[in-house]
Amino acid sequence: MSSERMALIGTILLAVVATAALLIWVERRMLGLWQDRWGPNRVGFLGLGQVVADMIKIFMKDDWIPPFADRPVFVIAPAIVMVTVLLAFAVVPIAPGVSVAGDWNVGVLFVLGMTSLAVYSVMLGGWASNNKYALLGAMRSTAQSISYEVFMGLALLGVVIQAGSFSLEDIVLAQQDGWFIGPQFLGFVLFLIAGLAETHRLPLDLPEAEHELTAGFHTEYSGMKFGMFFVGEYVAVILVSGLLTTLYFGGWLGPTWGLTLAGWSFMPLVWFVLKTGAFILFFILLRAAIPRPRYDQLMRFGWLVLLPLALLNTAVTGAFVLLRSGA
Amino acid sequence: MSAVREEMRPLGVIGELYARFPGEGFVEQATADGIPTMWVPVGRLLRVMKLLKHEIRQPYRMLYDLTAVDERLRQHRDGLPPADFTVVYHLMSFERNSDVRIKVALRGESPHCPSVTGLWLNANWYEREVWDLFGIWFDGHPNLQRIMMPRTWQGHPLRKDHYARATEAERLTMDAARVDREQEALRIKPEEWGMTAAGEDHDYMILNLGPNHPSVHGVFRVMLQLDGEEIVQAVPDIGYHHRGAEKMGERQSWHSYIPYTDRIDYLGGVMNNLPYLMAIERMAGIQVPERAQTIRVMLCEFFRITSHLLFYGTFAQDVGSMSPVFYMFVDRQKAYDVIEAITGFRMHPAWFRIGGVAADLPRGWEKRVREFLDWMPKRLKDYEQMALKNTILKRRSIGIGQYSTDEAIEWGVTGPGLRATGYAWDYRKARPYSGYEHFEFEIPTGKNGDAYDRCLVRVEEIRQSLRIIEQCLKHMPSGDYKARHPLTTPPIKDHTMQDIETLIHHFLNVSWGPVIPPGECTMTVEATKGLNSYYLTSDGGTMSYRTRIRTPSFAHLQMIPYLARGLMLPDLIAIIASIDFVMADVDR
Repeated sequence: MSSERMALIGTILLAVVATAALLIWVERRMLGLWQDRWGPNRVGFLGLGQVVADMIKIFMKDDWIPPFADRPVFVIAPAIVMVTVLLAFAVVPIAPGVSVAGDWNVGVLFVLGMTSLAVYSVMLGGWASNNKYALLGAMRSTAQSISYEVFMGLALLGVVIQAGSFSLEDIVLAQQDGWFIGPQFLGFVLFLIAGLAETHRLPLDLPEAEHELTAGFHTEYSGMKFGMFFVGEYVAVILVSGLLTTLYFGGWLGPTWGLTLAGWSFMPLVWFVLKTGAFILFFILLRAAIPRPRYDQLMRFGWLVLLPLALLNTAVTGAFVLLRSGA
Repeated sequence: MSAVREEMRPLGVIGELYARFPGEGFVEQATADGIPTMWVPVGRLLRVMKLLKHEIRQPYRMLYDLTAVDERLRQHRDGLPPADFTVVYHLMSFERNSDVRIKVALRGESPHCPSVTGLWLNANWYEREVWDLFGIWFDGHPNLQRIMMPRTWQGHPLRKDHYARATEAERLTMDAARVDREQEALRIKPEEWGMTAAGEDHDYMILNLGPNHPSVHGVFRVMLQLDGEEIVQAVPDIGYHHRGAEKMGERQSWHSYIPYTDRIDYLGGVMNNLPYLMAIERMAGIQVPERAQTIRVMLCEFFRITSHLLFYGTFAQDVGSMSPVFYMFVDRQKAYDVIEAITGFRMHPAWFRIGGVAADLPRGWEKRVREFLDWMPKRLKDYEQMALKNTILKRRSIGIGQYSTDEAIEWGVTGPGLRATGYAWDYRKARPYSGYEHFEFEIPTGKNGDAYDRCLVRVEEIRQSLRIIEQCLKHMPSGDYKARHPLTTPPIKDHTMQDIETLIHHFLNVSWGPVIPPGECTMTVEATKGLNSYYLTSDGGTMSYRTRIRTPSFAHLQMIPYLARGLMLPDLIAIIASIDFVMADVDR
């Protein structure tokens, strides 16, 4: 591997993790804005120093492992979430030909596989903590993630059928004549809900459900191990936002207004970042706006509403594509 | 206060009791509040209670309060049956719109009394409390354990011979043996909670929720027996916020106890002062001027609004809606700005005084009140969109924690929790006090008595409170803000330099505090969370002989096991949120 490639990979991963850390500040400021209050605005310019302060705090904290916990599993669990989510990021194309792992012809499957593996992190973390709240959280998380995994996969099948490829780059290129948000609107909505469930964000944050389970699966975690769960959640938010952009909103594609200036080569990156950023903000807004359903309601909604809709979406898309190709 | 002789044959419930139990030594007692009060021999207690609850026409269906008095040091007992301890039952009849007080005289160091848990479900906690604080045994009680004090506590704090301050007690030493004993007492044994961890083919999870948990609103503990996430049993444990407020009442002058009342329902602010002061004023024979009454009403309604707003926000938050509480805190701050401008304090002004209020309304108060009245309604409209009409919130709360009007009465539920069942009963309408009869407002009611309706009723009550404040603003009477009576506090100083009589009164009332004539009085208000009563006994001194605080939250919490059975863990959180309690109001 060339050193240039290494540098690119390093830059992307670093940027993702740094953005995730920054998101903690962004989220708190945005929530503050929407909730008639300030949010962190004291440390540094606009409170940006809060990110650094939080980092220092979390590194300096006593990294306590409860004596009743299953030590090796307890330690590994938070690492799994970081690893799997970052790995999933490897195939997301940020600009034409720019991604960590290059263009894979099974990109979509790889992402799904990695997000499925992330379930282990929460499940093992909750189990190894040997804490009742953590166990309840892990139980909810496992059921929720496994169920919503199914709808996630089914929801994006429509996109795969239309693009005729599992490669994320091909999917972006297939949207040159029109983004998939139009024909695949239903799929988009399903994927968004499933993505929320996968990232455990507020309307669907049942595994953590502060008001019921104190902190859910990570009740016993402290210091950097908690930090990994925390940042892992934000990386997952970036990942899902990036996927939404790639699958339904044309990825790096954007209007060029016929410009062919030298600066043009940056535009795909700008478009990707803008679209992804908009989704991230949307995720934060959802958190501010919507209450949390009950666990059994969520499961019922998933299997009785989302699953049939996802199947319907796949079938209708398939039929359309077949009809058009005249087979 | 004096015993009335049997031959006089009075009317009403007293007459009915004399007629049913002739010549059995029943003694009627006259009290300042005019509530029919009857001393009953301990052997006839259950018979009388059964009659009053089930057999009498227009029965007394609600056990409103159950408490006790240590009579051993009381001097003014003119003609009352001899007693070391008295157990007092306060029953309420909605059909009659009146109450009756039944008293039982007990003798000896370790007295026994039959339990009425067989008649009223909510007698359970009340009797446990009396046992805990007075050491009176209730024969037939299913679970006579300490409820306020730690299980390892020695003695019964509300007895007159129990110390009231730590400085009067033996020095506390935690030697190794005591530490071990206390630690052992903290161990969770499911059997002690009436639970079993082992099921037939699978084990249950015994989950200790609280006393420190994000959504128990203070220090409140619920022990849960869970089957998956389904609640098999939920047993509440209270007492973590117990500060001995009733005991403190016996050590503070009538006047200096006022700030303590603010902190009973700490969201109710000055509304807590009102029943306490009304009881004193009744015993002292003080007529509160109209202006003072209206000022009191206005401030009470302000506090009802701030309390309900806090409920509204935390209710939404406990079902997972993050934002409303922040908006509502902004509104609360606006209300507190007005309260501060009038009283000088925000949450706990302790601003009412015996005979009136501490000061007249400041210049320009109308403007501040008007601003708040203009601000609030449109915000309420926003919240309706944001919270009440939200589908997820509805799904989380409709049909959850449901009970009927009859069940509510059986459990001693009052206030919005009772009205949510569809029963339009508001103390301010049924038995107006402090001039509420002059105000126009409606009694909002629900239909299903579930968590959602309890929220709905409170939101509508905010609107009604705004209406009342508006009327206060428009029709504030002129006149004195405090009664011209020698027993008011601080005493009126106008004429002290002109005549000796006023000077003496002023001097005594400032240095000792007022001496309230001997007597007993219960006064009740429709507080933020339900009915709040102060049952005061004066022995003709500068301090209360017995201060009993009947709070709504105590009764409401007792219902949790009944409501939560068979539901899911998140439902329990929704129920807890919908009850709207503060632990200071439960534990006192």
